[in-house]
Amino acid sequence: MKNNSRRGFMGKAFGAVAGLGAIGSLVAMKKSWDPLPSVKAAGFTTLDMSTFPEGEMVTEKWRGKPIFVLKKTAEMVAKEKSDPAAQARNIKVGNDNYMVCIGLCTHLGCIPAFRKDTADFLCACHGGMFNASGDVTKAPPPRGFDIPPFRIDGNKMVLGEVGPEYQAMKDNGVTL
Amino acid sequence: MAHFTKATSVKDWLNQRLAIDTVEKVMASEYWIPKNINFLWAMGMILAVTFGLLTISGIFLLMYYQPSVDTAFYSVNYTIMREVDFGWLWRHVHGVAASVVFLIIYIHMFTGIYYGSYKKGREMIWISGMLLFVTFSAEAFSGYMLPWGQMSYWAGMVITNIFSLGSLHLDGLVEWIRGDYVPAQAFLNRFFMLHVFLLPLAIMGLIGLHFAALRIPHVNNQDGEEIDFDAEAKKYLEGNTKESKVMRFANDFLSKDLMVVGVFLIFFFYLVFWHYGFALDPVNFDPADGLKTPAHIYPEWYFLWSYEILRPFPVDIGLVAFGFAQVIYMLLPWLDRSPNTIPANRRGLFGIWFWVLLVDMVVLTAMGKLPPEGIFSTIGLVASLLFIAMWIILPFITMNEKKV
Amino acid sequence: MKELKILAVVVFFTLLTYVLVEPYAHGQMHKHVDSESFTYNDLPAITKTGDATRGQELIMGAGCAGCHSIDVAGMPAPMDPVMAAQSYGVNPPDLSNAGAVYDAKFLADLIKNPAHALKVEHKFDANGGKMHPMVPFYGMGGDIDQEVSDIVAYLQSIAVKTEDVTPAMAFENACGRCHAVGYENWTQIGTKPTFKYEKDSLAFDIKVLEYQDSLKAYMGKLPPDLSMYIRSRGEHFISTFMENPQNHLAGTAMPRVGVNADSAEKVIEYLKDAGDTKRHEREEIGMNVMIFSIIFAIFALLWKKQVWRELH
Repeated sequence: MKNNSRRGFMGKAFGAVAGLGAIGSLVAMKKSWDPLPSVKAAGFTTLDMSTFPEGEMVTEKWRGKPIFVLKKTAEMVAKEKSDPAAQARNIKVGNDNYMVCIGLCTHLGCIPAFRKDTADFLCACHGGMFNASGDVTKAPPPRGFDIPPFRIDGNKMVLGEVGPEYQAMKDNGVTL
Repeated sequence: MAHFTKATSVKDWLNQRLAIDTVEKVMASEYWIPKNINFLWAMGMILAVTFGLLTISGIFLLMYYQPSVDTAFYSVNYTIMREVDFGWLWRHVHGVAASVVFLIIYIHMFTGIYYGSYKKGREMIWISGMLLFVTFSAEAFSGYMLPWGQMSYWAGMVITNIFSLGSLHLDGLVEWIRGDYVPAQAFLNRFFMLHVFLLPLAIMGLIGLHFAALRIPHVNNQDGEEIDFDAEAKKYLEGNTKESKVMRFANDFLSKDLMVVGVFLIFFFYLVFWHYGFALDPVNFDPADGLKTPAHIYPEWYFLWSYEILRPFPVDIGLVAFGFAQVIYMLLPWLDRSPNTIPANRRGLFGIWFWVLLVDMVVLTAMGKLPPEGIFSTIGLVASLLFIAMWIILPFITMNEKKV
Repeated sequence: MKELKILAVVVFFTLLTYVLVEPYAHGQMHKHVDSESFTYNDLPAITKTGDATRGQELIMGAGCAGCHSIDVAGMPAPMDPVMAAQSYGVNPPDLSNAGAVYDAKFLADLIKNPAHALKVEHKFDANGGKMHPMVPFYGMGGDIDQEVSDIVAYLQSIAVKTEDVTPAMAFENACGRCHAVGYENWTQIGTKPTFKYEKDSLAFDIKVLEYQDSLKAYMGKLPPDLSMYIRSRGEHFISTFMENPQNHLAGTAMPRVGVNADSAEKVIEYLKDAGDTKRHEREEIGMNVMIFSIIFAIFALLWKKQVWRELH
């Protein structure tokens, strides 16, 4: 009797110890699956804003993703005066206005194409559309282009670092 | 130490140590199969043969394939296809078999649904089979990544994006799965590990479970008749092979199986040598380019029906519908409330349900490939809603089925 | 028989799914472009009979050798390919086999109006002041159509015979100055030689990259490597694309190259050698395997019949 209860208790205690070992192993295995430190460190790109021509959509790269940079023409800026959503997405560097965003459709991740004559974006995968400020104008994408974390440094923009302008956009729900 | 006697022959020696006679009887010569079956019953053997072809061709591909984003495409399309003797053959066999295996899986699955082979004691066969479908799907997806062509990259991008779970924005989870912000070296390497080692291991284990689950309930028959296997086996062993309702797995059932395999191989090799474009999609012959989305991205044909269910709805609803579609087949034994194990054509409403489901699956598959615009997206929406509705009404149309 | 009915149902649903997912869907995704069999119907027919001797004089006088080498006539290129690309965007072709590779009507039109023959007037508009790098032939005083016929006749006379045009010749001439084919070791400046020292190999690679920079600036983007294009685009697409790129990609910078029907076939053959190298072996072994499979199935049937004699 006494032996049985001791055996039972020891069995459970042993099981608990083995269980802790298993959990420890699983934690180690989860961490092996994590992105490597070298991958995480490569996550910063510096853009020289003086190189972008007006009205041209240029694709840069950050963390393997395409980044759309569009320096707005005076016409585009004027059109936006009546659009608060567009103004909230606007990025000002010096005296120039830019649309900077991650060039991936927020639906399922395809790269939308920029159409110069209509100054908008069309995603070939499911027909989603975005305007020149990056707002979604036709479903199925659920929201406008995401804006990468950025910090303005004089005439340069560092992607991957959080500056006050980006933080404000995040706080106001302009981007995720 | 157990008692061993001096062996009288090699067979006796093995029998004393491994009981090979008993094993042979249980697995082959006295594994009783009903005679009342048709060629659809051979699909299991065809799957085993196709899995064998995949494994063997895979072994030879594995000798030359390089799982590196810089050299993967070249190792497949130059080294294996141009330089390795018969490399092109293993690649074509592997690609075509990977596609054809799903055709056979769907035939096998729908045969089971039609004849009620998931009911009354056979639920574990159905569950292990559906788990095999899921594992084979993961195996196919991971394998498709490996050539690192445009479709490999973009299918990888889109399907891993699904794990952000819409409005939940689990971007961290997506990055963890990929091991990077986008599909890159870490992604390719780990899917290589899954494809070559972990998933085949799981598949082999599940095949074992699937066979074990079949052994006790025995194979079903065309009328769903409950057979007294012991009585019928006795008739057979007494010499009454013509009147017995059962036959041996080996060599009776096996000989018919192999005949069907023979016909299958003619069809299969025709595809391997002359008609392989459906399996070796042209878009994947462009090397992967993360900055250039192909004009049309689509999964392999066997994923199109569930991909289509994802598309017509707003993101979150689409994800719920997609999750539903992955899981719902698994629940069939419990959603079908009827007590009858008979073929669908004798089950009234269920018979209609079967054919409507089959046609709906074909429609969803076709719409999944077509551009989601105009009439195609309308048909796709209707077909997706129909799919969901069909499964919801299944318990209701079967619960009043009269016991036959 | 019941099994035949079941087989018919299975085959029906399989074929239905296949037809919808493959030929039908692909037809919806890519519009079909018909071939005009390289007849170049938009170009005027040649009405004059060309005099090759006069053509040779005209070519010397017109200064074609200022950009074009003619190897068989002993006229070397005035610049190396990299410098030529810097000046003109792309290396002007050697003219030794132009008479065999290109269509005569095309050559005639090209000599008089390059941007028109090449179908790049949307890019090089003389009225807008943007001239094609190739200087048109304005005539040497006589009947320009006669003179052009003479030049074409000369080019045809120095070229190899049609049956001697190899796939590599057709490709390298018509396509190879813009498109690399890595799997055949072909770069825009020629087949990459094997070098003893890595330094020389890298020096060659740098020359290729410099050429490609000029080419990219000229074309707007680097023309793609064509190694696997026969499998990613298919024979029909490539053939009709060569015939008139604008039919597939309106506004593209790629010129209509003007190959004749025979050379077009040879270009396709070259691309098949690059991207579908083992096709002959595949067909041969395929035949053998099919025959074996049929014999296998027959023997399986015979065995089954023997076993089942006891069971029915």
